[in-house]
Amino acid sequence: MSLLEVKGLKVAYGGIQAVRGIDLVIEQGELVCLIGANGAGKSSALKGLIGLVQHHGEVRFTGERLNGLPTHAIVAKGMTLVPEGRGIFARLSVAENLDMGAYTRRDVGPVRLDLNRVYDLFPRLAERRAQLAGTLSGGEQQMLALGRAIMARPRLLLLDEPSMGLAPIMVQKIYQTIAEIARDGVTILLVEQNAHLALQVSQRGYVMESGSVVLTGASQALADDPMVKAAYLGE
Amino acid sequence: MDIFVQQLINGLVLGSIYALVALGYTMVYGILELINFAHGEVTMVGAMSALAVIGALLGAYPQAPALLVLPAGVLAAIMVCMALGYVIERVAYRPLRRAPRLAPLITAIGVSIVLQNAAMLIWGRSYISFPAILPHGSHPILGAVITDLQIVIVTLSVLIMLGLTLLVERTRLGRAMRATAQSREVAELMGVNVNTVISATFIIGSALAAIAGVMVSAYYGLGHYYMGFMLGLKAFSAAVLGGIGNLAGAMLGGLLLGVIEALGAGYIGDLTGGFLGSNYQDVFAFMVLILVLVFRPSGLLGERVAQRA
Ligand SMILES: Nc1ncnc2c1ncn2[C@@H]1O[C@H](COP(=O)(O)OP(=O)(O)OP(=O)(O)O)[C@@H](O)[C@H]1O
Ligand SMILES: [Mg+2]
Repeated sequence: MSLLEVKGLKVAYGGIQAVRGIDLVIEQGELVCLIGANGAGKSSALKGLIGLVQHHGEVRFTGERLNGLPTHAIVAKGMTLVPEGRGIFARLSVAENLDMGAYTRRDVGPVRLDLNRVYDLFPRLAERRAQLAGTLSGGEQQMLALGRAIMARPRLLLLDEPSMGLAPIMVQKIYQTIAEIARDGVTILLVEQNAHLALQVSQRGYVMESGSVVLTGASQALADDPMVKAAYLGE
Repeated sequence: MDIFVQQLINGLVLGSIYALVALGYTMVYGILELINFAHGEVTMVGAMSALAVIGALLGAYPQAPALLVLPAGVLAAIMVCMALGYVIERVAYRPLRRAPRLAPLITAIGVSIVLQNAAMLIWGRSYISFPAILPHGSHPILGAVITDLQIVIVTLSVLIMLGLTLLVERTRLGRAMRATAQSREVAELMGVNVNTVISATFIIGSALAAIAGVMVSAYYGLGHYYMGFMLGLKAFSAAVLGGIGNLAGAMLGGLLLGVIEALGAGYIGDLTGGFLGSNYQDVFAFMVLILVLVFRPSGLLGERVAQRA
């Protein structure tokens, strides 16, 4: 049984068809990327999976149908989304943001361990734990968003453009962390406009164009594909 | 007798009641950006339910001790108002969550009218007086007088405000409320059931309103189906004065409004050479509100609400 099985996922906003029936399969432990140009429908697909927007089609997570469940219930089942733009709580402290990540968890001991782990990964967050999250720099906010996702101990982590708007050095740090989270056994679906980066860290990928998946395969094969090279890698 | 000290005391008492009601407005606004105009009527329902229960108890057991009858009345008021707050949100506001802002605002006014009329049908049009079971001692202080009832009202209000602050700042529910106020979508992504949090907000605000309603009717010795209107308007003004959406602002705004109003009422006769009497005290509340909004549109402690509104 695959961790995530999606059949014919559709998302529409009024008359606009953002996602036009896509199929995705993700196995336990994989790091899969979803790439595509601006407006291809990547974010909409993620929002559909986690129930933030109205959608049609079948979404099975750990074999169970998710359709119709509210977002918070899906989150409680082990799916976590780090949204585009990070979505940190600016007027909560860094520590409170991290606490919110563990909102559905009752296992106090392991939560404390995860918190220490986040502070080890990002000492900057530890220094600023009492500070309002809104005062953090963009890169620090992305660290916080990732740290908050770690606090949820998800089975499937959906990441929407974690590199967006960050300086190269910060992008490197964020991607190191993503690789580390993946090594811990967390399954990840990574959405990126930066196809280079995404195809480097992932094992498999999907390419989306105007709401549909047009190509899928091993990341290496995608990186060598002439169409992908021309359209997304600028080669 | 020192008029200044006396009016200051009276103002603080009144102000702490305004603050309790203002908290309900501000909590709901903080989370939904909705002005729950029916909130004033919830205080009225609280007062009237307490009066009804106290009256019934005293009717059945005329010798029942006040220490039993009063808490029973307050408890009944709290239960009724919590249920009412929950139902108002479910029935009147939740279906309009995605509607344009004007829709829930108009609905809120509709709910007020319904509640007023329902109260009139249930409890009649005449004033209901508070039974004489309240403590009536008084103590001299700094050339003025403070009554037992005033001490009880202020102490209880302060305790409730402390409790609410702890709830919001220190508990899991409080953190979820603050998160929901900042972004409903992201709060859901953390696994927060936003609908539950919103219900909890209405329920807590309504419990405070119930207590405030009983306090007002005890303080003035009266209850009336129309009493929620002016109280609600003033508490709303207090919330805006302090910066709507901000809890500390609602507390500060309530206290300030009470004090300004009392001092104004105490001195307006002297100031205008007897032309205006203390019956003009209501004018002060709204004058202050207008002044503050002219010079500080976001209220004393608020962020820039004007941008969001
Ligand atoms: N809330 C919305 N209301 C209406 N249309 C929307 C909404 N969100 C997205 N769209 C439209 O849906 C389409 C897909 O948008 P989406 O954000 O999913 O793309 P994306 O692949 O994530 O793009 P980007 O790389 O720029 O983030 C776009 O045409 C967009 O304009
Ligand atoms: Mg996007």
